[in-house]
Amino acid sequence: MSRSTVTGGDAMYVGIFFAGFGGQGIILAGRMVCLAAMGEGKHVSHIPSYGAEMRGGTANCSVVVSDEEIGSPLVPRPDVCVVMNTPSLLKFQPIVKPGGLLIWNESLIHSAPERTDIEILAVRANDIAEAAGSYRSANMVMLGALIKRRPSVASMNAVLAVLNEAVSARHRELNQVNRKALAGGYEAA
Amino acid sequence: MGVILMKGNEAIGESAIIAGCRHYFGYPITPQNELPAYMAARLPKVGGTFLQAESEVAAINMVYGAAAAGARVMTSSSSPGVSLKMEGISYLAGAELPAVVVNMMRGGPGLGNIAGAQGDYFQAVKGGGHGDYHSIVLAPSTVQELADLTGKAFDLADEYRMVVILLGDGFTGQMSEPITLPKPSGRSFDKSSWSLSGAKGRDPHIIASMRLNPDNALEMLNLKLQAKYRQIEKSETLWESVSVDDAEYLLVGFGLSARICKSAVSVLRKAGVKAGLFRPITLWPFPAGQLAAVSAGKKKVLVVEMNAGQMVQDVRLSVGGAPVDFLGTLGGATPQVDAIVERITGHAG
Amino acid sequence: MPVDTVQEKVVYERPRSLADVPNHYCPGCGHGIIHKLLAQCIDELGIQESTILVAPVGCSVLAYNYLRVDGCEAAHGRAPAVATGLKRVHPDTTVISYQGDGDLLAIGTAETIHAANRGEKITVIFVNNAIYGMTGGQMAPTSLQAQKTKTSPYGRNPADVGFPIRACELLNTLQAPVFIERCAVSSVKTILKAKRAIMKGLRNQVEGKGYSFIEILSMCPTGWGMEPREAVSWMEAEMVPVFPLGNLRDR
Repeated sequence: MSRSTVTGGDAMYVGIFFAGFGGQGIILAGRMVCLAAMGEGKHVSHIPSYGAEMRGGTANCSVVVSDEEIGSPLVPRPDVCVVMNTPSLLKFQPIVKPGGLLIWNESLIHSAPERTDIEILAVRANDIAEAAGSYRSANMVMLGALIKRRPSVASMNAVLAVLNEAVSARHRELNQVNRKALAGGYEAA
Repeated sequence: MGVILMKGNEAIGESAIIAGCRHYFGYPITPQNELPAYMAARLPKVGGTFLQAESEVAAINMVYGAAAAGARVMTSSSSPGVSLKMEGISYLAGAELPAVVVNMMRGGPGLGNIAGAQGDYFQAVKGGGHGDYHSIVLAPSTVQELADLTGKAFDLADEYRMVVILLGDGFTGQMSEPITLPKPSGRSFDKSSWSLSGAKGRDPHIIASMRLNPDNALEMLNLKLQAKYRQIEKSETLWESVSVDDAEYLLVGFGLSARICKSAVSVLRKAGVKAGLFRPITLWPFPAGQLAAVSAGKKKVLVVEMNAGQMVQDVRLSVGGAPVDFLGTLGGATPQVDAIVERITGHAG
Repeated sequence: MPVDTVQEKVVYERPRSLADVPNHYCPGCGHGIIHKLLAQCIDELGIQESTILVAPVGCSVLAYNYLRVDGCEAAHGRAPAVATGLKRVHPDTTVISYQGDGDLLAIGTAETIHAANRGEKITVIFVNNAIYGMTGGQMAPTSLQAQKTKTSPYGRNPADVGFPIRACELLNTLQAPVFIERCAVSSVKTILKAKRAIMKGLRNQVEGKGYSFIEILSMCPTGWGMEPREAVSWMEAEMVPVFPLGNLRDR
């Protein structure tokens, strides 16, 4: 019934993994990447960690952004890994693809990543967020840094454009701060 | 409304409402809880009924009652809960009642875990409940397909007066992807000749699967069901093929594992290996003839599943000459693209 | 022209809602009486064309062949759930869940309690004969202490399998039900009372009031191993003290 072909060409494909504490806005950061990239016509997928895993205090999500239809939505070897707390760094540093990018939250993680075969970016996410108006926007700082280093994922304009859609109504008053935090992260990268 | 980012479980809910489903009965179980939550919020706003039942067993029997009353009705669950629904599914089959049952599979056996898995292929495809019956089994692999096949499931259920199982997995239910919500199919089904509504100006209707009367009544019912199943096998198989024409190696998978296979095909093609994918969309009826044709002359057929080897049995029955290999992952683990590539080429991709 | 004419006056006729077919019940069984009472009430309320009967698994599995209304078979114990589905789709119909003791109080206990607790707008007719009739006389949840059955051959021993369950009293702890009454079909007097209770239970539904539960103590001479007349006496002497007749709730 449905027939198609896969060319095996060199399409843009970025597998991103976000990890941190529950409450740090991990799932939201992933959704914002999806919405922003969608807005720029790209294919996206987003899978959160869920269930009992969620209750344990860590949260993570896998995001794929690509020019082509997405095959596997899973990201076992991420091109970009964003870690916002120490347990996430310890757990996920090893899975970053060689040559990939690891962005870590220097405000909360006190021992730097050790890998030498990947690009490493330290961001003082909580400090930058505090300066922008609230520590709760630390996820936005990380997101700003991500799109600076990997502009093919989404542009800053696209991210800013989806803020209101992505953030639930009861947190929307924070969007002024979120905008500053995004810019702060972008600057810091 | 255009393209929206939607979670798989919620896409099923909205698509069911678009398809005219106004009755939902269910019981909480991870990883499909977003679907009942969605229905609980939405159905009252469109004049429908959401009811959280006291058990999976009660839920499927509420479905049975609502189906007997002529309504488009749905329930959803995940593996352990669907085991409990099997009694009701057999009764629905025996009474020839249309209903849509969603199973977002998780790891088993027993309580297992809450990760996505594909261990319920046998249960869904080979029966599951007692007696000789089939359910139509649809296996979507993207959120868009979850949405599209939900409407299709209601139409098939009504057309053939039987259960249609939407067989997804926990990952697909939890996944968000951009989708365009489907339009109603526009098909309508007159159920007034058999459904229950009070025998106003007509003889009473009876919905029952028991056949104790003489003249081989139960045999006759079974023959009728089997004739229906043969018809469905002829006309309702769905499948997708990717890069199969020049392929030397054929991957076969359904649902999420087929998507992973698709990525593997892409990697293999980049490496100059001619690989293709055959993805059954209906698991019952299984697209056996189509697979036989597509697999003819291939060097190897590799079946990839998130179970210990279930669909592979149907593949073996369908494939003529090519050797059939199997790669499975267990307990909620997902197949890795590299592992698939390695199995085909003999070395890591 | 005839010299005188004979005046015909109908003093009794088969209820319209009761099919004119022989039933399969044993001599002395209470189901036939209860079917007739139901049919009479349906006729008197004028709801034959808007009633749906849910038949259980058990001796009354074929009830839909005897009552001339839309009928639906249910899996064992699931009649209240099936009735819920029917009623939620057609709120204007009168939905009757007709169940025996094994169906209602053993395999279907959860469905029974939760349909009652939701205040599902249905009428449940619970036929309690303290035994599994259809399967050949096994112990029921309502079998009496020391009662001998196929599966309690030395008598029901409460230390082993507990005491008989009282459905009306159990459901009377819930807030939602509007009507709960226990009746019997052992005499003209009790039969007439049972009819009044069934009538009330159905009228409650017609008036959209809520969940009504009517338990009817009924004879099973075959299952009890008795002559029909003996069964009536046994029911009055042994069952009624354990399952006292009367209304527990009428709102």
